[in-house]
Amino acid sequence: MNEKILEIENLTVSFSGFKAINNLNFSMDAGELRVVIGPNGAGKTTFMDVITGKTKPQEGNVRFKGRNILPYKEHEIACMGIGRKFQTPRVYLKLTPRENLELSCAAQKNVFAALFGKPSGSERRTVNGLLETIGLANKADIPAELLSHGEKQRLEIGMLVAQSPDLLLVDEPVAGLTDEETEAVGNLLLALAESHSIMVIEHDMEFVRQIARKVTVLHQGTVLCEGSMDEVQNDPRVIEVYLGSQDEADH
Amino acid sequence: MVETLEPAVEPRKGVKARKRRAFVMEVAIVAVIALLLLIVIPPLLSALGQGVRVNQLGRYLALAIAALGIDLIWGYTGLLSLGHGIFFALGGYALGMYLQLQLPAGQIPDFFSLYGVSELPAFWQPFYSFPFTLLAIWLIPTLVAAALGYLVFRNRIRGVYFSILTQAALIVFFNFFNGQQKLINGTNGLKTDTSTIFGMQASDPRIQTIFYVLSVLLLVAGYALCRWLTSGRMGRMLVAIRDDEPRVRFSGYNPTGFKVFVFAISAALAGIAGALYTVQSGIITPSSALSTAFSIEMVIWVAVGGRATLVGAIFGTLLVNFAKTLLSEQFPEIWLFFQGALFLAVVTILPNGIIGWLRTDGWFWLKSVLGRDRLSTYPSLETDPEVEYERENSGD
Amino acid sequence: MTPILESLFGGLSIASVLLLAALGLAIIFGLMGVINMAHGEFMMLGAYTTFVVQNALKKTPLSDIYILFALIAAFIVTALLGLILERGVVRYLYGRPLETLLATWGVSLILQQFIRSVSWQLMLGIAIFSALFFGALWFAGKRLDFERIRSWLIAIAIPISAAIAWFVCDILAKIYKLPFTKPWFGTQGVDVTAPRWLRGGLPIVEGYQLPYTRLFIIFLTVVCIAGIYWFLNNTPWGLRIRAVTQNRNMSACLGIPTQKVDALTFAIGSGLAGIAGCAVSLLGSVSSNIGQQYIVDTFMVVVVGGVGKLVGSIVAAISIGLLNYVVASNALKPLISFSPQLTAIADFFASGPMAKVVVFALIVLFLQIRPAGLFPQKGRTVDA
Repeated sequence: MNEKILEIENLTVSFSGFKAINNLNFSMDAGELRVVIGPNGAGKTTFMDVITGKTKPQEGNVRFKGRNILPYKEHEIACMGIGRKFQTPRVYLKLTPRENLELSCAAQKNVFAALFGKPSGSERRTVNGLLETIGLANKADIPAELLSHGEKQRLEIGMLVAQSPDLLLVDEPVAGLTDEETEAVGNLLLALAESHSIMVIEHDMEFVRQIARKVTVLHQGTVLCEGSMDEVQNDPRVIEVYLGSQDEADH
Repeated sequence: MVETLEPAVEPRKGVKARKRRAFVMEVAIVAVIALLLLIVIPPLLSALGQGVRVNQLGRYLALAIAALGIDLIWGYTGLLSLGHGIFFALGGYALGMYLQLQLPAGQIPDFFSLYGVSELPAFWQPFYSFPFTLLAIWLIPTLVAAALGYLVFRNRIRGVYFSILTQAALIVFFNFFNGQQKLINGTNGLKTDTSTIFGMQASDPRIQTIFYVLSVLLLVAGYALCRWLTSGRMGRMLVAIRDDEPRVRFSGYNPTGFKVFVFAISAALAGIAGALYTVQSGIITPSSALSTAFSIEMVIWVAVGGRATLVGAIFGTLLVNFAKTLLSEQFPEIWLFFQGALFLAVVTILPNGIIGWLRTDGWFWLKSVLGRDRLSTYPSLETDPEVEYERENSGD
Repeated sequence: MTPILESLFGGLSIASVLLLAALGLAIIFGLMGVINMAHGEFMMLGAYTTFVVQNALKKTPLSDIYILFALIAAFIVTALLGLILERGVVRYLYGRPLETLLATWGVSLILQQFIRSVSWQLMLGIAIFSALFFGALWFAGKRLDFERIRSWLIAIAIPISAAIAWFVCDILAKIYKLPFTKPWFGTQGVDVTAPRWLRGGLPIVEGYQLPYTRLFIIFLTVVCIAGIYWFLNNTPWGLRIRAVTQNRNMSACLGIPTQKVDALTFAIGSGLAGIAGCAVSLLGSVSSNIGQQYIVDTFMVVVVGGVGKLVGSIVAAISIGLLNYVVASNALKPLISFSPQLTAIADFFASGPMAKVVVFALIVLFLQIRPAGLFPQKGRTVDA
């Protein structure tokens, strides 16, 4: 499994002069679980925006499974197999968890299928299985707006999986969760990592330590360093970015 | 493991059975109301000396078809169109043109001679044909809406922008229909009551009865169509687009197609409504069907009844229009004040409309007024199936 | 040369009216994402205020410069109304732009009918109603359980106050008859005459002169834009408005009173509508639906201009104004006279209403290239 699932070369994104991403190079192997960390404003979310097609870069290449995805729109990229979970849970509040999952799970996503298609047996089984996995089987048929924050987080991860993507982009999955919930989400991600490639953006170092195998540090729109958790933590540049340089701290 | 699965699967079956029962119930209710409208109410009103009201009811039932379309795009999909008068007028004019052409061979409608036109404009020609007219009534609005919708939705123009653009489109159509005397009789519009249809004059009571019946039947059909659209996966998609359109893209759907589709459907409904309304009121003019006020009024019918409830759209249309008729018969000046206040009140006090309110707070309020107060607690506790399940099984 | 100059000035004078009308709308829309459908009616009220001021000053030495007083009066009247509208309705609807649209449309209907039927009777009725209703609320507000009985109180107070007001006015109407019940303006239009120094025109070229009223409006527009620029960029409140326009939540966190900023902006935007109304009253007869003639064009200016930048509105207004004029006056006819088909098409659209058809088509085409307008906002926050 050494083929690259995601390759990014010389990526630059600027918003009227301000370079949110500056000449960034990045690659990920298939089946990898990668954690991206970085201080605020490092360009993490913009980075995800580019991969999912929401923002178009000024320069650079983004290849997914060897295919250039820049010309495609968000929904086309989603259909190719890149799924995204947002920072704050974004589920359809007026729909039930089951409907949320069915919507993401449907294989045919055009108007015609929505009119005449019925969920197939395997789709229904997937949805039921997922409801079990994310622990919402008992609340499958109440509107999602009645769910708690943690339940919504899990539901959104479930929706992501229901899309059966090859690459999962997960933006701060444990923001605002309790310690137990954080651990539950961590285990869920680890379980998913066995069959998917996952990229996680996170701030919570405790959590990063729980799941990380390889970590990428972004700073000012470029990759600062890359390596295992220990390597990264002891890298002087990372310490400087995160903690401020020792000189400054002395003053 | 199997045992823990049980509660998830069991209620599902119960849900299905309940759904089927609800469906049969709904069909029965709709059938009863339709029969009442068809058989009981017209003779009753005539007996009470209110025969005029039958014609009004027929017209307002036609308007209710348009309201269903508005509800579909505004209530369910969150697209506020301020230009549905376009589609209403296109349907009305299509039928109006057909009726104008019911003349001895070789003649052209009178008004052309006023403007010195001796030859029928080319785009009138197809309206000699009755089947073509039947098709045009809903197909032309559909195509216009699809084209306009595609150009707008493709670029992710939504929200207020969409509303403003539809209103501008309405003005454009108004200017066209109002200004082109030589093509479509301009300000004067097309009169339909003196033409013949099915061998009789269109204002003949028998013909009017036919159109009354048609209005009821097509309203039922429109209701069934919208019910079907909003209940299945399509309906869930529409709600998803309304609540979080960008998210839908990341789930792999292209909202443009769905929005164009639903906009076109609602335009078709408006076109049918326009045709039925025109023939029952005897005339269509740009200043009635294509005025900005009329298009926004359509929205308020839905808002009063309750957005995202199809029954509410129909109920609201009838309620507001009869209120309008009664009020403007008595105090013509007050109607605009009243209508303005209605807009304000519905938006600020009753955002879910009457039916929406009845379904939520109103129900509890009525109960508490009737003395059957129920202790209300944290809502998710009330509806938490786990709690319900425990409650049901605690007795065993 | 002549036709080009002519269309340039003709277009500019249309554009200046458009811009003046759109300015207030654009500021409000930029700040709150709210389209005020009653904006046209605020213009109409500004025009009627001008009419009232003109009549009030007719016999005084100030009658020559009544227009200056009218401008101030129109600004104050509409700004106050805007304030009431914002505090009374719009602020409850933030985050629901479509509902705001409907509510302000309701307000516009009420204002139209109000102008048609306003009389001493109606005014007194409104005064009595407000005194009773708000008096009752104020009186009940002292009670401790006010919040609990509030909705009941409102539901009871409205019909009772309305009934009393109706009853009193009805009796007074029977006593004083016509002077009391006669509408002030009626359904007919009223006419504002330009002061003497604005009559006539500036001869630009042989056979064409630019009316002074048009020049005055262009001048007024420039002054208003300069004033708004100065206000937004050089005053503390301007800074706050710009801050809230860019990031409402952050501004609130920094202690900027966003509610006051909203109210202020809405008042200023409405006041600008009043000035615009004063300006258009010089161009022709004023009637209760004058606002409707301008409103859709001003909406288009906002759509084409994009959100949050005044420059966008300026460029959009000038382009739409020019285009409208050029198509309507068929100014390009000499240039396309080589082709009979093109000439026929140009002739077909060469009228005010039909020019709008062309302009709309071009706007829709334009939006295919620049969906977010001329000067869109960029960055991650958009569409988040």
